[in-house]
Amino acid sequence: MIAEPDGPEDRLRRFATIWSRAVFPVTSTPLTRPEFEEQLLPLARRLSEALRARTFDAEAAKAVGAALVDAHCTDPDALSHSLDCVDAYLVLYCGEDGPQEDLRTRCSRLQHAMAAGYAQALRERTLAEQEAIAQAALKAQGVVAQALHASEARFRAVFEGAAIGIGIADLDGNVLQVNGALMRMFGGGEQAVRGRNVREWTHADDAPQVWRLYEELVRGDREHYHVEKAFCRPDGTVLWTNLTVSLLRDADGNPQYQLALMEDTTERRLLNLRLRYEATHDALTGLPNRTLFFERLEKVLSAGENQRFGLCYLDLDGFKTINDSLGHAAGDRLLVEVADRLQSCATAPGEMVARLGGDEFVALTTGSDTRREVDELAARIMNALVAPVRIDGRELTVRGSIGIVEGPAGERSPAEVLRSADITMYRAKSAGGNRFELADPEADARAITRHGLTTSLPAALERGEFFIEYQPLVHLGDSSVRGAEALVRWLHPQHGVLGPDRFIPLAEHTGLIVPLGRWVLEQSVRQAREWRERNGDTSPLRINVNLSPCQLNHPGLVQDTVDILERAGVEPEALCLEVTESALIGADDDLLKPLRRLAEMGIDIALDDFGTGYSNLANLRRLPVSVLKLDRSFTQSMQQFPADPVDLKIVEGIVSLAHSLDLAVTVEGVETGAQAEQLRILGCDTAQGWYYARPGPPDRLHELALVDATG
Amino acid sequence: MERPAWAPRSIDISVPSVSRIYDYYLGGSHNFEVDRQAARRAMEFMPGLPKIMQANRAFMRRAVRYAVGEGITQFLDIGSGIPTYGNVHEVAQAASPGARVVYVDHDPVAVAHSQAVLEGNADADVVAADLRKPQEILTSRQVEQLLDLDRPVVLLLVAILHFVEDADDPYTAVAELSAALAPGSLLVLTHASYEGIPLPPERAEGAVDVYKDIRNPLIMRSRDEIARFFEGYDMVEPGLVPMPLWRPETAPEDEDPYAFSGFAGVGRTS
Repeated sequence: MIAEPDGPEDRLRRFATIWSRAVFPVTSTPLTRPEFEEQLLPLARRLSEALRARTFDAEAAKAVGAALVDAHCTDPDALSHSLDCVDAYLVLYCGEDGPQEDLRTRCSRLQHAMAAGYAQALRERTLAEQEAIAQAALKAQGVVAQALHASEARFRAVFEGAAIGIGIADLDGNVLQVNGALMRMFGGGEQAVRGRNVREWTHADDAPQVWRLYEELVRGDREHYHVEKAFCRPDGTVLWTNLTVSLLRDADGNPQYQLALMEDTTERRLLNLRLRYEATHDALTGLPNRTLFFERLEKVLSAGENQRFGLCYLDLDGFKTINDSLGHAAGDRLLVEVADRLQSCATAPGEMVARLGGDEFVALTTGSDTRREVDELAARIMNALVAPVRIDGRELTVRGSIGIVEGPAGERSPAEVLRSADITMYRAKSAGGNRFELADPEADARAITRHGLTTSLPAALERGEFFIEYQPLVHLGDSSVRGAEALVRWLHPQHGVLGPDRFIPLAEHTGLIVPLGRWVLEQSVRQAREWRERNGDTSPLRINVNLSPCQLNHPGLVQDTVDILERAGVEPEALCLEVTESALIGADDDLLKPLRRLAEMGIDIALDDFGTGYSNLANLRRLPVSVLKLDRSFTQSMQQFPADPVDLKIVEGIVSLAHSLDLAVTVEGVETGAQAEQLRILGCDTAQGWYYARPGPPDRLHELALVDATG
Repeated sequence: MERPAWAPRSIDISVPSVSRIYDYYLGGSHNFEVDRQAARRAMEFMPGLPKIMQANRAFMRRAVRYAVGEGITQFLDIGSGIPTYGNVHEVAQAASPGARVVYVDHDPVAVAHSQAVLEGNADADVVAADLRKPQEILTSRQVEQLLDLDRPVVLLLVAILHFVEDADDPYTAVAELSAALAPGSLLVLTHASYEGIPLPPERAEGAVDVYKDIRNPLIMRSRDEIARFFEGYDMVEPGLVPMPLWRPETAPEDEDPYAFSGFAGVGRTS
């Protein structure tokens, strides 16, 4: 609509402009003033029309007042500014040419209606908005409450359903809330926990820091702590827990509550104790086992000065026989009985008995006077074993061998102590058993060396650490060298040259004697051939080689010997095998058969060390031997002058007996010319000993033989 | 069920709320006496506070219409408060029917009221979330349903960042939100500042203290500090300016002096 200048439309617009300028500063509308004016324009038109209407229309003016509120003119100043504006300008701009008095009256009535409409609308809007915000607040609270309810329900479920105990107390220690798990840990009764004070829950096993940590926490100096703690249940039993206590602070960070989370570890603790018991005790006898014994021994040995220890290492004599003949069940019952008896022997503080395994037991005593105590302990043990053990209606006699080690703490390791005890026990056993022996460093050292030698024997053979010395055998009639005995030596890298007495029993024990013996035989036979080649066939030298009992029993003996001789191209007659008398005691035909075969082939068999065993003279006929070697004990007495006439008679008798059986007699250990002369007179055939030569390298023998041949 | 003594408390309408105070400044009645008391105390120091709010609304209106003029019809209004006359969705949907608007506020009452107001409006919704947790906003159901983040969005942070303390790292929050916006998106921002207030600072401080008292401290930032929120944005003309000077539609000299308090600006992501 184009407003005609100063026409009614133009005048209406000017009124609206004035009105908007009056009201705009007091509105909160985001509109610009021109936009706002556009909003007022229809209101101005309605007022203008109402002004000139034939009848007064209060509703139109009320609607204009209400519209002001809708246009966001909620500040009451907007109304007063509007009314001022209407009062001053409505008649002026919109009255046209009507009667001024009537217009003025109408205008003021319109203002009243406008004010009433504005007030009513504002009231309604205010109430509506208040209602809306109240509803929103309610709804929001509902939502929050619902969320809180849900989270609280969840929290409650966690709290109640948790497997760990949860409790809340204030900072004075008053217990406010506990869950079911915690109550169950304390035995179920609510009164045991709720309403109590945390500080009452002291326990004798509390670690020193437990209550210091607690005080730090409730003071607010610590956020949480974790301890292992015991509690007394109302029924007197102990509850062990893994306890974590945390400090809860309020929104401003001030300490408010303490939260305890506890895990019942009582069962686990018991289980651990049981597992520990099982790991450290012998299932059969219930005695401490090797593990526990070593722990204790270690502790004892690392004790301070002036502390000593005494240890009895017991091994039953002949237990294997009992096991083998009566069965393992009987053996086990015997061990249980022995364990009980041993236990009763070591009841003093600082004493303990343990089973190391099998039929091996140890008893330990500690203190400052163990030198006396350990002897008494061993005596008590021996005494406890005296009474026979009844098993399955049989009375079993139990004997044991004990090795005793006693000494100050701090010098030896548990392993060293036990090894010494073990060695000593074996000493007692090899001395016949049913006794105790005291450890002796020298005996220990020997045993240890023996052990070392035994283990290094196989490698020694491979590395060629053995060599052979030869001791000449001299004919007593013409003093000519007839042969030599091969004697094996071990050039040990640490111990130097070792004689056969140091290692042959070990080799015999381990079976290594068989390959070692074969090697000695090979070397000796080869040596015999060498001598023969040098001397020609004029005076063939015979070689004597020792055969151990173990070799005698070896099925390959005959074949090996034949092979060795054939390979070397040496006649069987050039070989003499020496067998000890003791090896042939009680020998049956099976054992003698290989010796017979060898003898039939022409190999001489000498009976070595004759006279030391229970010489069964009747047996001599049965044996395929051709030489008797008299033990050096017979010749020893002839070193004195005059010789013991009894010894002379014995030797004379043996020689005469031998000769009547067509056996040659060789004597060993000849050290003086007088001896040699005496033996020659007694009729002995050949001799060996230092008087002629010590065992030596093969070349020396060759020289001797040459001297002999040329002399 | 017995309520554990340590459980958090419910919302408390006896504590003043900044969104209801804002409503009061704008002549609304969506407020309670505690809100009005706080507002009146602040106005004792700064009688023109309502004019600042009005200027904010007017700026926002111009900015929304500018955005629609630029062809952007998706709006994310964080800190929307109590919906009042001339809200973003009214302005935007008037200018471009079908424009999508998501309001975000952390005041549960404001959210509940917004839900009531927006009932039946398929193109606008509200999220209860916090500017300090941008990911919760970006991954909300409402944002996913209404906004296509692959296309430009108008992010409105009108009169909210001055309620985020430095300890809560408002710059990172804004950067995280900005990173989620497609190129060509707009950041519409106003921020309170001592600069431009037609009063000596110690007097303005009285009003600031009121907000401190109601546990919603008002963080006044300098123009430079406010400009840092636009890092990575190209400023839309005329840049970061007092509110009445941003693309005015009427003569700025007609504006109330209080309207020049603080700064407003619009930035565009490239």
